[in-house]
Amino acid sequence: MSGFKLALQNNKVLQLSLLAAFVLVSALSVYLTSRSVIAFILLLGSLLLLYYTSLSNGMKWAVAGLLLILVIPFATAGGPSHESYMEVATQCGIYVAMALGLNIVVGFAGLLDLGFVAFFAIGAYTYGIFATGQANNFIPGDLFPLSGDYFWVFIILGGIMAAIFGVLLGLPVLRVKGDYLAIVTLGFGEIVRIIFNNLEKPVNITNGAMGLSSISPPNLFGLQFTFPHQFYFIVLGILAVVIFGVRRFEHSRIGRSWKAVRENEIAAQSMGIPLIRTKLTAFAIGASFSGLMGVVFAAKQTFIDPSSFTLLESTTILVMVVLGGMGSVPGVILGAVLVTLLNLQVLAEFTGWLNQLSMQGIITLPNALSPVKMQRFIFGAILILIAIFRPHGLISARNRKIPLSQVKEGEAHEHPERSRTSQKVRRVNGS
Amino acid sequence: MNILSVQGLVKKFGGLMAVNGVDYAFERGKISAVIGPNGAGKTTFFNMITGIYVPDAGSIELDGKSIVRVKPDKITDQGIARTFQNIRLFGSMTVLENVMVGMHIHLKAGILSTLLNLPLVRREEKETMHEAYRLLEYVGLASLYNEEAASLPYGAQRRLEIARALAAKPKVLLLDEPAAGMNPRETNELTDLIRRIQREREISIILIEHDMKLVMGLSDHILVLDHGEKIAEGNPEDIRANPKVIEAYLGKSALQDEEVMPI
Repeated sequence: MSGFKLALQNNKVLQLSLLAAFVLVSALSVYLTSRSVIAFILLLGSLLLLYYTSLSNGMKWAVAGLLLILVIPFATAGGPSHESYMEVATQCGIYVAMALGLNIVVGFAGLLDLGFVAFFAIGAYTYGIFATGQANNFIPGDLFPLSGDYFWVFIILGGIMAAIFGVLLGLPVLRVKGDYLAIVTLGFGEIVRIIFNNLEKPVNITNGAMGLSSISPPNLFGLQFTFPHQFYFIVLGILAVVIFGVRRFEHSRIGRSWKAVRENEIAAQSMGIPLIRTKLTAFAIGASFSGLMGVVFAAKQTFIDPSSFTLLESTTILVMVVLGGMGSVPGVILGAVLVTLLNLQVLAEFTGWLNQLSMQGIITLPNALSPVKMQRFIFGAILILIAIFRPHGLISARNRKIPLSQVKEGEAHEHPERSRTSQKVRRVNGS
Repeated sequence: MNILSVQGLVKKFGGLMAVNGVDYAFERGKISAVIGPNGAGKTTFFNMITGIYVPDAGSIELDGKSIVRVKPDKITDQGIARTFQNIRLFGSMTVLENVMVGMHIHLKAGILSTLLNLPLVRREEKETMHEAYRLLEYVGLASLYNEEAASLPYGAQRRLEIARALAAKPKVLLLDEPAAGMNPRETNELTDLIRRIQREREISIILIEHDMKLVMGLSDHILVLDHGEKIAEGNPEDIRANPKVIEAYLGKSALQDEEVMPI
């Protein structure tokens, strides 16, 4: 057994073939069964397996791209549940982007934000108001609704709007710290929701609690995006940009200044890092990720109302970040996917199964323990268990280890041979 | 020529006069020490120079330019870097990253250029890494560059703070009790390091220290504070013989007893 483990650790071909076998089996079972949550989760799990292989980074991205663009859409296309699978995958993608945004604020900069969904709402309403007749109420000329062609511009606009509101919120709020900041942001989240709920008088901007309906679906060269499997690719594209951006920031001058502020404000300031500006940047960039996805959400649902942006949503996103591992990009992605799957599929399936059992009279559940109520209970229990056994998250944040050849000037590039021999020497010494 | 001068500097905390009307001028390129018993106001004095506290009265001038009410990060921009009495490293970051943060003010990468990963940014990152590694070699921590800063032994953490401060390429380096908690061997190494910094990098150094052997051995000039007031200044020999200083450290009775010479 240990011999096999060792072989697995060092052999990339073996890893890759095992991964391929796993993908094949899970993809086939998704394809052949009409609707199997387990098979679908296993198929998504192949991405996690891929993360733990010892392939090079570029290779991992290539395989992940292949899985996400080809394997998953085709495997789910087999049965009648195609769209529902794709819907779940799209939701996962939306939450991953939001969780990555919140991770910048909470994980990197250490600012606890309990009202993060506000930025998602701002993105959604930015598109919602102009892609329905709503904007005619305050802009003369009967120009609206804008057609779905504008959706692509609005993705960017939604991000920018969210970033602007991030700065506006941050300016007064970032003078307070820790628990106080958490409470003020919580208030901000609620204020935004309540404003959207009431901004129908004196000028009807948001249509209040009635919400905005028939929002124009995206349109690209005459192709209308209405199905989940189409949105899946939009989300995938945005997500690629978001992940790329986060990874850039993480190990840059900006990312370092966020972490420095998180670790010690006074020391960070004494190293020349302007506190307020650094925190504002984190707020704005984090918020913009959420705003981008808000636009997609509005276009996908074609209907939005303030009830989609409650405090529960903010805490759910925070749970994704904490559960996955604060400050850890792969962890946060895993956390977001896991929580979304739990909420949308696993728990729903489980309660459905319990309902069925009790209806058939196999088990009898008292009313107080009705399956629907159990759903939140089980979710909470899972969170507590993870908090106890993995307090730093599922994949905790690790520091980047830089090889000596990169930090030492002129070693790797000017003398490739020397560095290769020195590597060899090191290996000999090590064994 | 003076690099840094303070005049009539006052800081009150409620009814306590932490620093009370101190005048002093620090000479360019020299090592100066600020000494005094616990609670004399030394760290408060440093905190005013670095902008963490705003003085209630008085002036602070760096190179003839007032830095009163300037934000700490801007003061670093103008050429003052410091270390802390209670070590303030970025604990969960690596040793190398700590020094790279120190170079913040000299880097240009912005949001957009970082996002686009422009060649300028990549080159800057590479150079930052090299420079940070050179600084770690300079203070003798190069082999630990990938370690988490919080995992370092105490003495190494103090040296890392110095490396981080040097990364800002300051004109004036403030060291707040750099030898606290060090054993004699580490203190000797530190003494060498401070002297090397002054000589090779042409940085004016101001240090707060309780280790009198280190202070007397290193300093060109000493300022003595007690209860927030300046009670003496001068070169080490003057200070050692100054009755006011001996009184402040050991009480009045020590003055009568000729054999007890603490410093």
